[in-house]
Amino acid sequence: MKYALYLLVAVLVIAHQDVFNWDDSSLVLGCLPVGLAYHVAYTLVTALMWVLAIKVAWPADVDVPADD
Amino acid sequence: MTSFVVIVAYLSLLLILGFFSSRFFRGTSKDYFVASHSIGPFLLLMSVFGTTMTAFALVGSTGKAFERGIGVYGLMASSSALVHAAVFFWVGIKLWAIGKRHGYVTQIQFFRARFESNGLGYLLFPILVGLVIPYLLIGVMGAAKVILPATAGAFPQAFPNEGTPFAGGIPFWLTGLGVCAVVLSYIFAGGSRATAWANTFQTLFFMGMGLVAFCAIAHGLGGLRAASRVPLTVTPAGEVVQTHRIDPETHAVVERESPLKVGRLVHPDPPAQAVQPHLSRRRYAVTFERTDPQSGEAVLLTREIGVPPLMFLTYFLIPLSVGMFPHIFQHWLTARSAGSFRLTVVAHPICIMIVWVPCVLIGVWASGLLPPTLSTSAVLSVMLQQLVGNPILGGLLTTGVLAAIMSSLDSQFLCMGTIFTNDIVLHRAPQDRFSDRQIIFMSRAFIVGIVTITYALAMLALAKNVNIFDLAVWSFSGFTSLFPLIVAALYWKRATRAGAYASVVAAMVVWFYYFWRSGFGGEYTVSVGSWRGIMPVTLSFAASALMLVLVSLGTRPPSQATINRFFFEHSMGLSATGDGNEE
Repeated sequence: MKYALYLLVAVLVIAHQDVFNWDDSSLVLGCLPVGLAYHVAYTLVTALMWVLAIKVAWPADVDVPADD
Repeated sequence: MTSFVVIVAYLSLLLILGFFSSRFFRGTSKDYFVASHSIGPFLLLMSVFGTTMTAFALVGSTGKAFERGIGVYGLMASSSALVHAAVFFWVGIKLWAIGKRHGYVTQIQFFRARFESNGLGYLLFPILVGLVIPYLLIGVMGAAKVILPATAGAFPQAFPNEGTPFAGGIPFWLTGLGVCAVVLSYIFAGGSRATAWANTFQTLFFMGMGLVAFCAIAHGLGGLRAASRVPLTVTPAGEVVQTHRIDPETHAVVERESPLKVGRLVHPDPPAQAVQPHLSRRRYAVTFERTDPQSGEAVLLTREIGVPPLMFLTYFLIPLSVGMFPHIFQHWLTARSAGSFRLTVVAHPICIMIVWVPCVLIGVWASGLLPPTLSTSAVLSVMLQQLVGNPILGGLLTTGVLAAIMSSLDSQFLCMGTIFTNDIVLHRAPQDRFSDRQIIFMSRAFIVGIVTITYALAMLALAKNVNIFDLAVWSFSGFTSLFPLIVAALYWKRATRAGAYASVVAAMVVWFYYFWRSGFGGEYTVSVGSWRGIMPVTLSFAASALMLVLVSLGTRPPSQATINRFFFEHSMGLSATGDGNEE
């Protein structure tokens, strides 16, 4: 599972470089520039990926309650 | 005056909270430094997030978006959403487990033990303190820049502020003094627990106020759709114009009868139809005319709007700095359990988005309303002052910005005292040489020294009008340059003491060279042939990583005892042995 997580992170690193939006100043919903809207969506996808990560790839050997 | 009263009321409330948290203070140095590892998921999220969101995130991001447009969000916010959470997940949790197991309170204790070297600690101490100081500076500067316009008119006799448009506002020196005094008071009262509590309160406050500020400003602009028509425009004739203005009577935005020319396009050729360069990342170079405050003569100022692709790519390294911030390390160690990190990993990206999207949009909108040569650090507060008519609401919103700034300063101040006490004073001292009371006193004395230096440097930087965003990026770049060290310490058994020294020295030499080239804190990029816009952090990071690998491979590996101590994948039993100062 941890390799799938590495792959997902690598995909998101690449997806951050949205060269296709570079010169585009059109507006999404009439108010949000597309370059900004893309990165807002990117942030949400990132949060979802971390939800998945803590569910399936949480390092079990550190998840121990404190002893004091 | 009303805004001033609101700000003072907030600061008083914060002091009460700090002193209330001191009732839970156990009187031990461990409780003072890491809250006895008692912080749960929500407080951990709020304190870590509050600490990473500084004047940089609010005042700096708005000002940078005012300069460069929407690309600023991708430069730092969306990249941080991925990178910060990844660092918490792969570095933070592991460090917490090791710190808990061996009783470490600071990064330096960990590095000394992992690399079997006391000297490495003495090398790292001044570097870490030196890199945190610019980060502290931006907090004090940000507060001063926000309070002056917000309180303009309150004390015309006492503070005429000649030569500024903010007569009667609280001057920089007094705001800096007040903010430092309040933060020091509650840190001294309750240590890291007071910091965590105050951070939680302040983080919730500034996030709430941030949303209210955004709504109030968007309302003043006539709604989100109307606001998108406001940013600076480049005409087919190559003129840079503002098509709207703020009515000082109604605090509303109205369309100008004829566009106001504020500058001229230099690069590229004029577009076929009018464009708003702040709404994309395409690079435009424009010149603005401004009056020199000394000579009174008109001078031309050339500025870049948009983001060069290589700058955008290489900025991605900068959020890695979170893995080497000493104050974040200390927050990690306050966690009650590894499970406390879950909420932080998931919610941190969302919190970043909630803060950064409004700030970037406000900066983009401001480009079409405020004078283009206005100090970028003043953009947020001037927008609040001019578009929010209600003084109570204006005061609350200003206080929200102040909350974000102070929620970082407290952790940074506390951390400075912690590393001085543990890594310098106690490191060589025999056990029981100092009482808990003496240890805490020394920590506080060092903090007061650092705050005094920070205050003096902040006043200098304010006089020189240093850009908050750029200064912060230099601090982050320094920490990112050291990031290979923490990764190697945690994941590469072959990393050696000599490799660690080489890595730190190489990182700092390259970083300092470019910092000097930048004029000590200005925006600076490196060009290699036709490749323009490379951030210097790329080179300092690469030098650090390369030296670490090459020198480690050429020197004797660490002892088996050290490897067993730090690489215990199948036996992470977490019994605190309190051997943090045994080295």
